[in-house]
Amino acid sequence: MDELLRVENLHTVFRTDRGVVHAVRDISYEINESEIIGLVGESGCGKSISQMSVLQLIPTPPGKIVSGKALFDGVDLLKLGKHSDELSGIRGEKISMIFQEPMTSLNPAMTIAKQMSEVLIVHLNTQKREARERCVDMLAQVGIPDPGNRIDDYPHQLSGGMRQRVMVGMAMLCNPKLIIADEATTALDATIQAQLLELMYEMVRRYKTALVLVTHNLGVVARYAQRINVMYAGRIVESGTVREIWNETAHPYTKGLLKCMPKLGTALTPIHGKPPSLIGESVLCPFRPRCEERIALCDELPVGAPTHLGGSHSTACIRVTEGKGL
Amino acid sequence: MVAYIVRRMLHACVVVLLVSILIFIIIRLLPGDPIIMLLNQSTGVSFTAEQIEDLRHQFGLDKPIPVQYKDWILDVLRGDFGISIINRYNIGAEIAKKLPVTLCLGLTSFVIGLIIGPILGVISAVRRGKAVDTLVTIAANIGITAPQFWVGILLIFLFGLKLGWLPIYGYTLPWEDFVMSVKQSVMPVVVLAMFPVASSARQMRSSMIEVMHEDYIRTAWAKGLKEKAVIIRHAVKNSLIPVVTLQGLLLRNIVGGSVIVETVFVIPGMGKFMIDSMLAHDYTVVQACAFIMILVVVISNLIVDLSYGWLDPRIRYD
Repeated sequence: MDELLRVENLHTVFRTDRGVVHAVRDISYEINESEIIGLVGESGCGKSISQMSVLQLIPTPPGKIVSGKALFDGVDLLKLGKHSDELSGIRGEKISMIFQEPMTSLNPAMTIAKQMSEVLIVHLNTQKREARERCVDMLAQVGIPDPGNRIDDYPHQLSGGMRQRVMVGMAMLCNPKLIIADEATTALDATIQAQLLELMYEMVRRYKTALVLVTHNLGVVARYAQRINVMYAGRIVESGTVREIWNETAHPYTKGLLKCMPKLGTALTPIHGKPPSLIGESVLCPFRPRCEERIALCDELPVGAPTHLGGSHSTACIRVTEGKGL
Repeated sequence: MVAYIVRRMLHACVVVLLVSILIFIIIRLLPGDPIIMLLNQSTGVSFTAEQIEDLRHQFGLDKPIPVQYKDWILDVLRGDFGISIINRYNIGAEIAKKLPVTLCLGLTSFVIGLIIGPILGVISAVRRGKAVDTLVTIAANIGITAPQFWVGILLIFLFGLKLGWLPIYGYTLPWEDFVMSVKQSVMPVVVLAMFPVASSARQMRSSMIEVMHEDYIRTAWAKGLKEKAVIIRHAVKNSLIPVVTLQGLLLRNIVGGSVIVETVFVIPGMGKFMIDSMLAHDYTVVQACAFIMILVVVISNLIVDLSYGWLDPRIRYD
């Protein structure tokens, strides 16, 4: 499989009154063509920010991408101007994004028809009439009943699930190479969530699109993704295939996450403590204070780049590295 | 929609009636008497008490106020504003001459405020923190705080007297002599439009800044729209809602401002007409002027309310 997007050493900060928040610290990952990868972690661990950074969608200021590369088709997306034509040409056409909030992510003052067809008009120079037809067709594909009429609705006339279907359809319009679904189903109720995930899965299979599923739900990624990146406090602490993560869990944080997946009949084991503040520099392992497997070295050695464990499995846990070294 | 407009019209009628009653009473409570004013004009002639009573009777001023009001409003509804107590002219004909003047000046100022204000606001918001933004913000603050009469006098002093570029008083309707009309309009319009431009700009700036942080703007970026399209297609329309709300208020400000501006620049419009008649205690003229101005305000508010529906499709008129 060919590599589609390679992110290297991405580091994003936010300047706030209380100090510099390092939302994403030096993360690297890659996505291959038509691959589905999961990005998992607690709220506020930098999942969304890392994804928005790739398309330079974070508000600047206060946000700032301090360093890193995002190579897509040989072009470093982070080198392009935020409002440049090159980047605009990639956003929505080659890389689409679906956001978490279906209630507010569509413009309340524009009909669905206008909002959808402008994607085609901007990128593919499609005529208005044809754009509309293709949008109606797309709405039918994402399961909107009576799309020919619903397309003239305003967002407030649709339910949350419907709106998110519209977002999925809008993301698929130009047949992009990569879709980033940023907690796309989190705000919806469970049944709708399942329907929508199935829909996204079907759509990316059909069009051979790569998909990044950003979520805090390990169950979701286990079902759909091929590979998983686990994020904690702005870093990728473990990555690997679903099998590797499940069977050979290397990082104590991932173990903790797996233990708190709800299963019928078993009690949940929460991870104690709370995520660390992201303000200021930190070189030691961020999970150290909550870690049950902490060793003396954890308080001494800085966490570096993830260590490769074989296959596509790697982890940032020092203990594993040190264990190997011994 | 139609039902809504009809309901609003009925509502407007009630407002107009109530305010006209209020004005009718207030003007009669003010110290002074139009008949005495009238008599004072003819110096050297003395009137008997009988003659004075006769005059009062002639204008119906000897009747109780409610009866006077009833007579007056019924005439107005028939389109007859009566005649001036002091000057004896037909008020309707006089208003027909003066209203176009005020409307020309007022509407020009209003449209300028409606167009330039939001444009400045958008520029200021998009270039937030840059020199343009600072400049617009300072200018807007001056525009909001500077008293109209004072700015008017300064303009007359500078452009009229010192530089001699513009005529310092009077008004010509554009269809009578366009060039002269424009020349005479510049200063009054600047004074009248100053506040609307400034407050629209400020309101637009802050609502643009707010809207630019909305999720759907992020979606617009993510779709690959260029900055221009994001701002014009997605941000401006949504930012306009609070600015439109403001327009109702600004229209009232222009109506009120016309009184000051027409006095400063000696313009024969409704504002000057009203001030002069008030000073003369010319009841019938004051009533007529107030009635027309209330109508203007009420109708403009209705237009503002109806334009919401176009801006925000979530608003339902039922």
